[in-house]
Amino acid sequence: MGTERKVRLLIGKVGLDGHDRGAKIIARALRDAGFEVIYTGLHQTPEMVVATALQEDVDGIGLSLLSGAHNTIFPKILRLLADKSSGDTVVFGGGIIPEEDILALQRAGVRRMFTPGATTQEVVDWVKANVPPRRR
Amino acid sequence: MKPKNGGRTSTLNPRGLRDWEEGTLRPALERKPERRKEFTTVSSLPIERLYVAEDLKGWNPGEKLGFPGEPPFTRGVHPTMYRGKLWTMRQFAGFGSAEDTNRRFHYLLEHGQTGLSVAFDLPTLMGRDSDDALAEGEVGREGVAIDTLADMEILFRGIPLDRVSTSMTINAPAAVILAMYLAVAEKQGIPLEALEGTVQNDILKEYIAQKEWIYPPTPSLRIISDMVAFCADRVPKWNTISISGYHIREAGSTASQELAFTLADGIGYVQSCLSAGLDIDAFAPRFSFFFNAHNDFFEEIAKLRAARRMWCAIMRDRFHAKSPRSWMLRTHVQTAGCSLTAQQPYNNVVRVTVQALAAVLGGTQSLHTNSLDESLALPTEDSARIALRTQQIIAEESGVANTVDPLAGSYFVEWLTDRLEQEAWSYIKRIDQMGGIVAAIEQGFPQREIAEAAYVYQRQVDGGDKIVVGVNRHSEGDVLKAPTLKIGPGVEETQVARLLATRQRRDSGSHARTLERLTRVAGTKENLMPAILDAVRGYASVGEICDALKAVFGVYREGRVQF
Repeated sequence: MGTERKVRLLIGKVGLDGHDRGAKIIARALRDAGFEVIYTGLHQTPEMVVATALQEDVDGIGLSLLSGAHNTIFPKILRLLADKSSGDTVVFGGGIIPEEDILALQRAGVRRMFTPGATTQEVVDWVKANVPPRRR
Repeated sequence: MKPKNGGRTSTLNPRGLRDWEEGTLRPALERKPERRKEFTTVSSLPIERLYVAEDLKGWNPGEKLGFPGEPPFTRGVHPTMYRGKLWTMRQFAGFGSAEDTNRRFHYLLEHGQTGLSVAFDLPTLMGRDSDDALAEGEVGREGVAIDTLADMEILFRGIPLDRVSTSMTINAPAAVILAMYLAVAEKQGIPLEALEGTVQNDILKEYIAQKEWIYPPTPSLRIISDMVAFCADRVPKWNTISISGYHIREAGSTASQELAFTLADGIGYVQSCLSAGLDIDAFAPRFSFFFNAHNDFFEEIAKLRAARRMWCAIMRDRFHAKSPRSWMLRTHVQTAGCSLTAQQPYNNVVRVTVQALAAVLGGTQSLHTNSLDESLALPTEDSARIALRTQQIIAEESGVANTVDPLAGSYFVEWLTDRLEQEAWSYIKRIDQMGGIVAAIEQGFPQREIAEAAYVYQRQVDGGDKIVVGVNRHSEGDVLKAPTLKIGPGVEETQVARLLATRQRRDSGSHARTLERLTRVAGTKENLMPAILDAVRGYASVGEICDALKAVFGVYREGRVQF
């Protein structure tokens, strides 16, 4: 019986936003659900997040943003991933994000946005269904 | 014949209580059990079915309550409370450019708001200029962007600073922003002695909860004691620190943790100012507090009452302050942002009302009520007005402002007040044993306690043990959408252009000299405020001033974060 590789996830906080309650809860819930989780800590740049993602060889990146900078940061992360030929890394996120912005970000390639009120189970279930181990 | 109640005349008779439990309660429970096995507060504190006189055994109203305006201030800091003067309705506002926020201030003042409260954007809060690489995408998003005195002049245009009181939510660069406010007052021809307001200036809770820091704790506390000394001398009506539990609660703490860590921070500031050689009765009356009002109505009321009683004990008995003004805990309250839901956003108006009512019954001095759309974006003008009207309805229609501390003497409220106080004292004792709040922060103690409480609560919500209407109960029919405020895309560009123009216009020679002087003073024991004021008057930017101080003070880095 082959052992299936665990899905590896990077949970990150980008920019100056210090609200880390949600990011830490999600990181812990995903770890408790059996994923390998790396948390970036605060005040990362998009470049730092993508460098960590490549170095840690993760399958998905979840970013928490409560600063209103989502329309700048998510597209930048997607672009940097594509530049590094890692466009198949699943990018998802959560935070205070208005609905119109969610639609636009999803069109741009962010796979899913969770807003206040989302349960940890919802996030875990979605990741299980949507973040496969990347082919290497 | 025995009367139906078994001869019970009052619950003071323990036999009467047992009779009630046997004769009345038990058959009722046999017919219909209660809805849950255990009832708890939002902070998971177990709550009994009924509170009776026995729960307050040995409780002495003279010692625990006193009278309003007298120690231990459990019943409030003013003798007449809201009969004399309503609380200050102070709505936090700030977004976009200084012009945008100045317009919102005029709007709020025209609608009966009685004080201003400024929200700054993240780059400003972190001491960075709008053209800093890390500021990208964040200029003017969460608050107003301030780079130099030029922005501050616009922010307060047409607002007479001697006739409004202004609260500014700024921490790590608080000394710089306060200096800018003082410089605007100088330009308006207003003497500094006439200025009233508050800077949050609470760096300890930044390390614990909000995470907007610049320097390590020791130099940060030095900047704070310099400001405290400067204001005691020159700006005597200014509240120099707003010791804040709000963010601790928003980060996920329980009510008793909020109470404990806030008061522990307060103890830390008092110790730091005493070590700087300041006189306790000169600075302590200018410390104010800022608490959260969460959903659990009685727990929040009890928390505010306990906070006043505890601070009185801390200042009088621990630090031996002489002036009763030093013993008084005056506080601002804001309703709990983290309790608002993105689902069915109009329900948030009701949550805010309940929370605001708790703040008022808890005896707050000023109040911010959140807007219904704050789980989606910054508030629109309409939603901000509804939030203000909520306070006005409580003040003018509900009747709760008619009498002082109406819940005093309630078996439940007094028991709960005592209980929160006990829990908070035991945390404060542990922190003292660790060597004080700075040592506790360096060990990550409050941070871990809060993260654990936040996780436990989230699991309770996920498991349905704690109900959030519209989220894990009654979630059908989410059709009403709230419109949200849009921040124009041009804000960042305009702001950066103004900053560059200001840099061009100012006298570069004197600018460089003021920054050099600042770095030099930072390396001595001299008070920093005059040098900061000089730099600000010469249009040095927030980022430039903070960088000049970083050269001496270094920067703070968070230790490994456990999750």
